[in-house]
Amino acid sequence: MKHFRSIEELDASSLIRLMDLSEHMAEVNARPIPKVPALRGKNVVSLFFEDSTRTRLSFETAAKRLSADTMTFNASSSSVNKGESLRDTVETLSAMGVDAFVVRHKSSGVPWQLSQWTEASVINAGDGWHQHPTQALLDCFTIRRSLGRTGGLDGLKIAIVGDIKHSRVARSDIQAFAMLGAHVTLVAPPTLLPPEIAGWPVEVCHDLDDVIGGLDVLYLLRMQRERMSESLVPTLREYTDRYGLTPARARRLADHVLVMHPGPMNRGVEMAVDPSELPGSVILQQVTNGVSVRMAVLFQLLGSGDELNTTEVS
Amino acid sequence: MAISEPVDAPSPSGGVFRSSTQVLSADDIRRGITRMAHELLERNRGLTGVVIVGLQKGGVWIAERLAEVISGIEPGATVPVGRLDVSLYRDDIGLRPVTPGSASHIPVPLDGATVVLVDDVLFTGRTVRAAMEALNDYGRPRAVQLAVFVDRGHRELPIRPDFVGKNLPTRRDEDVQVGPDGVVITQVGGPVGGPA
Repeated sequence: MKHFRSIEELDASSLIRLMDLSEHMAEVNARPIPKVPALRGKNVVSLFFEDSTRTRLSFETAAKRLSADTMTFNASSSSVNKGESLRDTVETLSAMGVDAFVVRHKSSGVPWQLSQWTEASVINAGDGWHQHPTQALLDCFTIRRSLGRTGGLDGLKIAIVGDIKHSRVARSDIQAFAMLGAHVTLVAPPTLLPPEIAGWPVEVCHDLDDVIGGLDVLYLLRMQRERMSESLVPTLREYTDRYGLTPARARRLADHVLVMHPGPMNRGVEMAVDPSELPGSVILQQVTNGVSVRMAVLFQLLGSGDELNTTEVS
Repeated sequence: MAISEPVDAPSPSGGVFRSSTQVLSADDIRRGITRMAHELLERNRGLTGVVIVGLQKGGVWIAERLAEVISGIEPGATVPVGRLDVSLYRDDIGLRPVTPGSASHIPVPLDGATVVLVDDVLFTGRTVRAAMEALNDYGRPRAVQLAVFVDRGHRELPIRPDFVGKNLPTRRDEDVQVGPDGVVITQVGGPVGGPA
């Protein structure tokens, strides 16, 4: 496996294998000295053209824990402001010796484009509304770990609530959850669902109260305030009332139900209770597991020397 | 590691013939481990500060057996047993595919402990080197000792065992497998067949 760009390029056994590898990395992270020399001498460059806190720092931490060298390219303070193109940026950096690019960009497809211009491995940290595969991997790993399971997610009932239409997290999660055997329900108003949903391995529901009783996992997506000005929801307050995790809905949630969010949270909008008061909240574990999962991906691509099944077309 | 059939079994249509010989029996294993347990107790004058750490994958069952035998010899004393996976420390990452087995588990802090590393076969010594580097990330042991069931020679690093079950001189191209049922040496030899 040379790139990690999309969940579509993997199969269930590869996903499970990456989660098993993440267990190893989680053990490393629990040690007094959480560092291993596995990727010594490798150079991992973060190319972030969109703002990010958790994803960028998570990847940097992951690379450093494997003893790799890191370089961070921040578009806002770079020659991109002088008009340097994406291609020139990539080729310039490649000339300095890069083993892997971690890229986040507002346009879908950029990771595939990058692969044309460099010999390095490409890891997708989010491209447009398209994919965010490491988020999906850490979500699957968090669910598996929190429920004490091994293997996949067979039979679990997962609801993804919110702005599915604009969410790369949702798209990657849906594919990963379905591939691992879970049953996925999307809960959103019709204005926040993608138009082309036929053929997706999901059920759709417009009423959160209908599904909240029978869930194993409740996954909340961030409701951006900008959507209000795009006339996709009447007001944020109405969104919260109909689709948010309100105190009333939190009371109806069984204790064992996992509550997840990719972050950053809009408190008071999709999450209208304090998550630390929810027994099933694993939101902070998601962040911790994000480092382990990204270590697993980096190791698989740059260090392990073995092959995973992919349908990659370079 | 369980004894497995030779990788390429002889077949009428061709293939590589590998002969394998069982050189030690299950009883030999049992007696060897018993002797090693006594030696370990004698050398360390008991169990104070001793932690037994089996190397994934082949050393883990031997480490557990050693601990069992020890608690039979010194009743009332239990020695902590851990597992160490060194695949993230090997010096051949990227040259040979490395797939981590089960994750490491070290149950007690290692500062000031006497760690006894346990493996099934000692060959080039590179696994043990990697293990010592891995141990440094858990603490600073007072001492590290090495127990191996089979020393097959061909060391590439200055590493030597403290406790040995059996010295078995081997050729480089031979393969040594140690399991609870015995020790098997497999060698490549005989006529090499192929598709007609």
